[in-house]
Amino acid sequence: MMSRSYLPHWMHLLGSPPVFYRFAGTLRPWLFWSALLLAAIGLYGGLVLAPADYQQGDAYRIIFIHVPCAWMSLFAYGCMAVAALVAMVWRVKLAEVIAMECAPVGAAFTLVTLITGSLWGKPMWGAWWTWDARLTSELVLLFLYLGVIGLDHAIEDRRRGARAASLLALVGVVNLPIVHYSVVWWNTLHQGSTVQLLGPSKIAPGMLWPLLTMALATHLYFFASVLNRTRVGLLAVEGGKEWARSIVAENAHA
Amino acid sequence: MHDWLAMGGYAQYVWPAYAVFFLVFAWDWLAPRFRRGRLLKELRGRLARERVRREKAAA
Repeated sequence: MMSRSYLPHWMHLLGSPPVFYRFAGTLRPWLFWSALLLAAIGLYGGLVLAPADYQQGDAYRIIFIHVPCAWMSLFAYGCMAVAALVAMVWRVKLAEVIAMECAPVGAAFTLVTLITGSLWGKPMWGAWWTWDARLTSELVLLFLYLGVIGLDHAIEDRRRGARAASLLALVGVVNLPIVHYSVVWWNTLHQGSTVQLLGPSKIAPGMLWPLLTMALATHLYFFASVLNRTRVGLLAVEGGKEWARSIVAENAHA
Repeated sequence: MHDWLAMGGYAQYVWPAYAVFFLVFAWDWLAPRFRRGRLLKELRGRLARERVRREKAAA
């Protein structure tokens, strides 16, 4: 076969829908159950073992879901954008499906971030919502996700829809630094970052480890959920192909 | 236990936050299952129609 490719052989293989379908099916339970186990450990640490905050009392315990979900709302967008770029430049069918299946998971993380933030804001700031930079840019992030999902569904041809929505996803990348730096650039009610990748974090160790455990759990869950969705997405796009037909036949009575 | 559930007076904020977290992700995990069920039903229908067409053409 004549092929001038920079990609290793296994990546070509994994890019094939039937191979990826089975690969995702094998990986999915491992990711899902380890996410669940880590979440159980992290939540036990956060809700039971961690001490109350000296300023916020027990209300701060919302942090253990709010902050990991907020990180994931950006991380999921980054993953969607990378897949969208591959979909647009190389027109890889698998990348189109992955980009579109990242969107609902990212939207779920963003929605949970906004709602839990609101439930935290009420007792601490005295308001469910305020139009400040952090909250508004996170709301824009939710609308970007919904825009990608909507555009994907609005166009009859699945592949064209996915590519049009991929373009929107790429344009929306501009919002990511705005969300991240909003607490630095503008005067805001929202507190600054508690955990720093570089340098010391402004949080007690007893609170930090449950937070990081939850962060790991939400990452694993994200990959499990995208694989879970991508399998169905691939079946939908490749419905007429031989491999999809054999899966339909295997599940004759499902 | 009762003290823990009271969350230092913030129970009405902490527990709904956790409930939303679990409900949203339960939906996220289950929605593709329902979609898969609908899709398989649709593809089965398509296969059956094709079979009928082939048999008619052969007859």
